[in-house]
Amino acid sequence: MARVFGSSIKRREDPSLITGAGQYTDDLKLPNMAYAAIVRSPHAHARIRSIDTSKATALDGVTAVFTGEDIKKSGTPGVVPVGWLLPDMKIPPHPVLASETVRYVGDAVAVVLAEDRYRAQDAVDLVEVDYDPLAVVTNPAKTVEEGAPQLHAEAANNIAFDWELGDKTKTDEAFPKAAHVLKVNIRNNRLIPQAIEPRAALASYDDSKGQLTVWMTSQNPHIHRLLMSLASLGLPEHKIRVIAPEVGGGFGSKIHHYPDEVIACWCSMQLHRPVKWTATRTEANLTDTHGRDHVTEAEMALDENGRILGLRVKTYANMGAYLSTFGPLVPTYLHGTLLSGEYDIPAIYCNVIGTFTNTTPVDTVRGAGRPEATFIIERLMDLAAEELGLDPVEIRRRNFISPDAFPYQTQVALQYDSGNYGPALDRALEMVNYKNLRAEQERRRGEGGKLLGVGLSTYIEACGLAPSAVVGSLGAQAGQWESGEVRVHPTGTVTVYTGSSAHGQGHHTTFAQIVADRLGIDADNVEVIHGDTDQVPFGWGTYGSRSAAVGGSAIAVSADKVIEKGRQIAAHLLEASEEDVVFEEGKFFVRGAPDKSQTLNDIALQAHLAHNLPPGVEPGLSATSFYDPANFTFPFGTHIAVLEVDPETGEVKLLRYVAVDDVGNVINPMIVDGQIHGGIAHGIAQALWEEAIYDGNGQLLTGELLDYAVPKPHMLVSFELDRTVTPCPHNPLGVKGVGETGTIASPAAVVNAVVDALKSYGIKHLDMPLTPEKIWRAIHQSGRS
Amino acid sequence: MTHISVEVNGKTYERDVDPRLLLVHFLREELELTGTNIGCETSLCGACTIHMDGKTVKSCTQLAVQADGSSITTIEGLSTDGKLHPLQEAFWEKHGLQCGYCTPGMIMAACGLLEDNPDPSEQQIRHGLKGNLCRCTGYHNIVKAVQYAAELMRAGNPEGGK
Amino acid sequence: MYPARFEYYRANTLQEAIHLLQQHSGAKLLAGGHSLIPIMKLRLAQPPVLIDIGRISELSGVMKTDGRLRIGSLTTHAMLAASEAVKKHCPILAEAAGQIADPAVRNKGTIGGNLAHADPGSDLPAVTLALDGVIHITGRDGDRQVNASDFFLDLLTTDLKPEEVLTAVELPALEERTGSCYLKFEHPASGYAVCGAAAIVALGGDESCERAGLCFNGVTATPYRASAVTEALAGQNLEDATIDQAVTEHLSIDDPMGDTYASGPYRVELAKVYSKRALKTARDRARS
Repeated sequence: MARVFGSSIKRREDPSLITGAGQYTDDLKLPNMAYAAIVRSPHAHARIRSIDTSKATALDGVTAVFTGEDIKKSGTPGVVPVGWLLPDMKIPPHPVLASETVRYVGDAVAVVLAEDRYRAQDAVDLVEVDYDPLAVVTNPAKTVEEGAPQLHAEAANNIAFDWELGDKTKTDEAFPKAAHVLKVNIRNNRLIPQAIEPRAALASYDDSKGQLTVWMTSQNPHIHRLLMSLASLGLPEHKIRVIAPEVGGGFGSKIHHYPDEVIACWCSMQLHRPVKWTATRTEANLTDTHGRDHVTEAEMALDENGRILGLRVKTYANMGAYLSTFGPLVPTYLHGTLLSGEYDIPAIYCNVIGTFTNTTPVDTVRGAGRPEATFIIERLMDLAAEELGLDPVEIRRRNFISPDAFPYQTQVALQYDSGNYGPALDRALEMVNYKNLRAEQERRRGEGGKLLGVGLSTYIEACGLAPSAVVGSLGAQAGQWESGEVRVHPTGTVTVYTGSSAHGQGHHTTFAQIVADRLGIDADNVEVIHGDTDQVPFGWGTYGSRSAAVGGSAIAVSADKVIEKGRQIAAHLLEASEEDVVFEEGKFFVRGAPDKSQTLNDIALQAHLAHNLPPGVEPGLSATSFYDPANFTFPFGTHIAVLEVDPETGEVKLLRYVAVDDVGNVINPMIVDGQIHGGIAHGIAQALWEEAIYDGNGQLLTGELLDYAVPKPHMLVSFELDRTVTPCPHNPLGVKGVGETGTIASPAAVVNAVVDALKSYGIKHLDMPLTPEKIWRAIHQSGRS
Repeated sequence: MTHISVEVNGKTYERDVDPRLLLVHFLREELELTGTNIGCETSLCGACTIHMDGKTVKSCTQLAVQADGSSITTIEGLSTDGKLHPLQEAFWEKHGLQCGYCTPGMIMAACGLLEDNPDPSEQQIRHGLKGNLCRCTGYHNIVKAVQYAAELMRAGNPEGGK
Repeated sequence: MYPARFEYYRANTLQEAIHLLQQHSGAKLLAGGHSLIPIMKLRLAQPPVLIDIGRISELSGVMKTDGRLRIGSLTTHAMLAASEAVKKHCPILAEAAGQIADPAVRNKGTIGGNLAHADPGSDLPAVTLALDGVIHITGRDGDRQVNASDFFLDLLTTDLKPEEVLTAVELPALEERTGSCYLKFEHPASGYAVCGAAAIVALGGDESCERAGLCFNGVTATPYRASAVTEALAGQNLEDATIDQAVTEHLSIDDPMGDTYASGPYRVELAKVYSKRALKTARDRARS
């Protein structure tokens, strides 16, 4: 029988989604529901002189209009907290409705409740807010300069934190003795996550029970319940139920605890009726946390043979107007720790200054910190290759951590548990036919016309953040374990409860595969439940490519516990000692005597009947685990972009994209490939098209899909994938994360390819996104056009 | 209020509607056909794509009153007699969806595409679906799904194929 | 996402539409809705009254008479792209219409709405101008005709009066040995033209250029006609170098538009590159 683990079975999520039966938050309706619409600041920085809600309140069909003052009067805390603390970090309060000062365009100042969405918007237009505009700053580096407008009394010079990692002295010493020093200034472009489903919440407060139920677009319902209770609403945790129904993509944006969902809950508590809030795309783009937005200066020291001696990085990371839930984590422990890449670097020092600006708060977007780090190191590798006259492949090989060096301790805290980087690189080169490409490139250079570019990214990722004690010591106000319960029913079918909460990743399918594989039963006999705090044990949710490695492992451990209990019962029934009973393909039997066996079904029934259990064994057959991993997992691989540049216009045309990833063991290859496709597309988009741009007044100029280019099908190509398999040594499944590899690897591959195409113009670096005009200008300014 | 009569998925509905009501809200709120989704407000994402009198249309850029007298098919009406439409089958088979939010619109758009061109090239598929955004799949498997659906449809309907 | 309130009237005939326009000041016409409804959803437009002309059948369709095409204002982009008459007689119009936005938008958006809205990034204005189209307009006092060259007055502003209806566009059928090409640099997000070059080349018996047209969308506030270039090409044998030289020497655009994606100078550069390419394709098509 083919193993179900490792096979591309079709997704059980799909039948409802392809027929329109899937229920997303905005699809839900409750009797007597009111619609909330939020009044937002049109100013990036202003003091609120007054808010006049009288006209809005008087409008027919409007139930109520509330401001921050009303929340204060209600005695509800009404703030959203930050979930990651760094040493000496400044944490200004973040009220869900601003009543004194607004600090970014989109900051919420009032909420309208009406009988329908249209009426609610009419009332929003009638709320009169008198603002006193203040000076604005949007750039993460300029905000610390003298004379910059100050956002928060708590944070002098707009600095939230000044963080460092690595050995500064050792790193500084590496530079003077180096044969080559490369330097690059990078502006890592600000991204808007753009899940196609905008955020939404439907809150229903039951006075008689003091119980709040909220359906919301969440990647992690338990985190939302915890923060709603602890920080925002003051309701006891056991009186809050958070449900994530179908969630239409997250990409990091639906991890966080935002004001808007709190406002919907608070309004339901005030009005004693259900309240629904759904963001429009405009609102989503103004208020979903943005990503990246780093200003970085990076230097690499190399010896005469191209061996790296040291790496020094200074980054100003934009935190936006307030600290978002995990905002401080992203540019620090998700960024600085990745700077060693796949390379043996003897000295690294990283300094990150997190700053406040009059922009939307910045937090995780698919990849989160790791794409920024990978971009730095992979750009520097290409610059070094150019400087030393080496092929980009060769300089990478010279610096790869040797396969026998694992576990490998980097200079930036992480210990890579496993890896073998050469084979993935070899395979990718073979797939693109690298030698031929280089020859073709030379030929074209001679001919004029479109320029061919080939770009590599040999990347590493760290995902499945762990273990909890370590992340706690680094500032997490959260654990990073995951829960998983395997409940075997009397008939032998199984329900799995996981704290992981999918929004497109296919947990219903892959988690069933894990359990079916371990228990030797048909996957159709396994149901997976997630996304409801009243149904599943506490868990930390789905983000950071952690679901399979952490959530999946929790389930695997529970399945193993079920087997162990089954073995006890089977031994009793088979009148054998436990040590002699083996479990294979769903059957317990005495070693060497498979003819006389007890199936898992038999055992499940006996466990529940409890008529004949061994002494001391409780009835029932279920197990719950809280799996806390020993380490991160470290996927790696090689991505190669092949593209052409039109030197007359600067237009880039992607020709091929090859990715060889090592994500450890693979549960469902079809789903894993799908994750990689999506990540690659997202990363290519960062490299070529996507950018949130603010003007000097803090207005978001690319706030609509009219200006912000989420890639369309004709802008991309079919991707060519392969993998190597280096199982993760420390989790029971041998799996690593896969959700973010694409966004981590691909920006550098694409930019390296464009810069490679432009080599004859002497162009060393261009900041993303590589718009045609940017390329055209660089060509013209090179003096060689 | 304006009186309209619209046939949706084979059933006729008579309603008095506020003229400003968008067709997508009429479908989702009045008729509770929530398979048609909303992802943007600038007619770019295509999550709301439906068929109106046989043509693909973005239902967020139509007023319900404009649909008076028309015949509409939404994702809920695509399968017949409990049998999935070949495109639904193909999206499932080829993993053409992840979060599923863009999927109803994507399938409806692909359906229009295959009606116009039963044997499209990869480039024709990519251009034919440029009005529908997907953030999950990178379109890789969507293209595969549409190619596979085209095969299924040609096999099932040799007259209609080329 | 939610338009403001308005009164809604449906006109079943052109006369009814004219009548309703007189009755309701500030009224806007609703045809395909693909220019108007998006800005109403963002509440950038809040017309008190909408007059739905979408069902006036006399305003829809393509007619060929006396060497000219008369295209009803309600003709959709999809109809233009698929029309055999348009493909045969004004292929550049079909080529441009087929590049507007996406298939679903093309199924509803109309040529009349597109021209009346006069978005600088729209694809049809420069094509209409390059073809020396004539805009047919009906108002209270009857019909009038405006040359495309006089129709586009400024950004989002045309010669169409608030109480008038754009009823048709009349275009000359291109003759034998005339080639055309619409070449578009598309905005990656909006799909609008950052630069759309509409080129028409008519060859004489001796293969020299008898007449040429070259206009751009996206570069200036109103569609731009590069007369100096086409004048320089007249009578010339259209070798690549001749076209390159004419464009290089004679295309100068003083007041280009710019935004965060593409600055004015860059758009002018695009206009140069795209006009060379479009003229060459038009020439090749004229020759074949």
